[in-house]
Amino acid sequence: MKHIISLLMENEAGALSRVAGLFSARAYNIESLTVAPTEDATLSRMTIVTSGSDEVIEQIIKQLNKLVDVVKVLDLNDGRYIERELMLVKVKATGALREEMKRISDIFRGRIIDVADGSYTIELTGSGSKLDAFIEALDKTVILETVRTGASGIGRGDRILKV
Amino acid sequence: MDDSNQQKVSQISGAEIIMRCLQEENVKFVFGYPGGAVLHIYDALFKQNHFKHILVRHEQAAVHAADAFSRATGEVGVALVTSGPGATNAVTGIATAYMDSIPMVVISGQVPTAAIGMDAFQEVDMVGVTRPCVKHNFLIKDVRDIAITLKKAFYIAASGRPGPVVVDIPKDITAEFAEFDYPKTIEMRSYTPVVKGHSGQIKKAVKILLEAKRPMVYAGGGLVLGDASNELVKLARALGYPVTNTLMGLGGYPATDKQYLGMLGMHGTYEANNAMQDCDVLLAVGARFDDRVIGNPDHFLSVPRTIIHIDVDPSSISKRVKVDVPIVGHVQSVLAEMNEVLAAETIKPDAAALKTWWAKIDVWRAKKSASYDGSSSTIIKPQYVIEKLCEVTKGDAFVTSDVGQHQMWAAQYYKFDKPRRWINSGGLGTMGVGLPYAMGCQLAFPDAQVACVTGEGSIQMNIQELSTCKQFHLPIKVILLNNRYLGMVRQWQEFFYENRYSESYMDSLPDFVKLAESYGLIGMNIDKPGDVEGALQDAFAMKDKFVFMNFMTDQKENVFPMVPNGKGISEMILGSDTNANDAADEMEG
Repeated sequence: MKHIISLLMENEAGALSRVAGLFSARAYNIESLTVAPTEDATLSRMTIVTSGSDEVIEQIIKQLNKLVDVVKVLDLNDGRYIERELMLVKVKATGALREEMKRISDIFRGRIIDVADGSYTIELTGSGSKLDAFIEALDKTVILETVRTGASGIGRGDRILKV
Repeated sequence: MDDSNQQKVSQISGAEIIMRCLQEENVKFVFGYPGGAVLHIYDALFKQNHFKHILVRHEQAAVHAADAFSRATGEVGVALVTSGPGATNAVTGIATAYMDSIPMVVISGQVPTAAIGMDAFQEVDMVGVTRPCVKHNFLIKDVRDIAITLKKAFYIAASGRPGPVVVDIPKDITAEFAEFDYPKTIEMRSYTPVVKGHSGQIKKAVKILLEAKRPMVYAGGGLVLGDASNELVKLARALGYPVTNTLMGLGGYPATDKQYLGMLGMHGTYEANNAMQDCDVLLAVGARFDDRVIGNPDHFLSVPRTIIHIDVDPSSISKRVKVDVPIVGHVQSVLAEMNEVLAAETIKPDAAALKTWWAKIDVWRAKKSASYDGSSSTIIKPQYVIEKLCEVTKGDAFVTSDVGQHQMWAAQYYKFDKPRRWINSGGLGTMGVGLPYAMGCQLAFPDAQVACVTGEGSIQMNIQELSTCKQFHLPIKVILLNNRYLGMVRQWQEFFYENRYSESYMDSLPDFVKLAESYGLIGMNIDKPGDVEGALQDAFAMKDKFVFMNFMTDQKENVFPMVPNGKGISEMILGSDTNANDAADEMEG
């Protein structure tokens, strides 16, 4: 099952490689990983999307907690949470496609952020599955390039991950 | 620092700060080897007299010796190596310590800060190279961070589940100046190991233990590292339950105690493995259910039992085997609390059930699975050498071993009654540790008997350390069980590869006696069973001499019992099986 794990770690050189190294050394799946400093510059917040049996997820959480630089770990799937990901898609926009691409983008509440003679760049935010659905809705031949940030997650209401 | 060249009176160099830190940590020995990147450190080392530096002949041996010093004493071992090849040579030693959770601080030199990333001479990304085999590592980038970083390194190495910590220090940092301020205590928001076990879980565990019909206690390296032997002995005796130790736990529970069933696992006794499989309540103490101990986990879990697991590392719990009552905490304090709860308890263990259980165990014991045919008067059996070693040293020596058949025979036939006496590489299985391990033990306990049980394959992996032993007058006794084969490889090839002995014969061996003599040490050849005991007595009578004892042993002797790879622990091949080789073939099929 897919899990979204959030963690806070010391914002030190090499911190990211410790997490990435753990996942590869122990053969855990890693679907996406995002990291950036928080409002407290000494801390980084990371969101990891992974999958595995309950036993594997339990081990992942324990192993992450064991890393000396990791301050706190939270499995967002243990409660209610919000997941968001940003995607930029460059699509062909010539002839009839110009209108078509605009319409599909509107349906998914995307925004066209760059317009060129033969292409549009569409910005889209949402859950991973919404972004997947948008890609599915497009004819593969019109997609010139896609770039996704990987998921960021946050607990709902008073579920707060903070030191 | 802008003013790094203008030293204030109260400032000292980075190299001197390192010396002061080691002094503050009461370090007695630093095992190391100098080189370009650590020249400032070695200059500062030259001017101090708080600890002794042991110059090894290869960096791997420095780390092994520091590791053994820690295993024997419980203190943090310290090694010092230069950058690049010095650092990479240390890696096997670091990984060995990591697998067995040994507290150690390894200081490695690094090229100057400005040269990092430039593919400089003797540069290697030590933090990157060691990341998967350390508890933590640091690269210091400012002279003012040296003291706090070393403080953290010692704290991390020794607390929680112990392990090695690497501190990589660029050369320029060791030449700059700063004030020395060593913090008394340290707190890290990201690192807060659990110490005390959950009281509710402890009460629950005692209740389950008292209800057991077929109880079993299984204790591993964590018992030894956690200095909890006395607490376990008290608990086991109060309950009257059988106890087994893992390879790493030997000596944690006294081997000569009547409740002791011997070692369990791949080469464990018939009684220990069967009791482990058949028990209804299992108390696991500082052990991790690894593949060499419980064999195939599916087979192990095919019969129901309630498992209580005490471990300081939460990630060791329910990793390979799902447990029912996890207790995270320091084994010593958890066992002490269990003893208190038990003392206050009015319920007693089920005497009738226990009697039936011990009767069953005695039937298994009667198999005498740890025995061998010692009838030959011409060929020395390796097991016999270990039995005599145990007698001559009165079971009270520090015994280090290398890796292979001799390691298993030492584990099976030397009766360890005290913890921290059996020093071997259990997790990583590193050939070549034996001699440097003996060095670490002998330096820690100069008057103790130290025996290095080894094979002719293993000893040659760090043979250069004979020179170190000579330089520092270490009166180690090397017990070489020389069978001219990589014995354990040969045994597997006999059982599972139809006797195709691919590259497992050791040809062109040196004359070990002459080799020892060339270093100014004493050598002995022993090739008759009748000479074994006398030779051992002669060697150990030379209390201040290093003696290299070359025992020519039976070439085809195998280690029994044996659980073939992938089998359950109660599916053993015994030496008494009419044709052990066929039995092995059948099981493999």
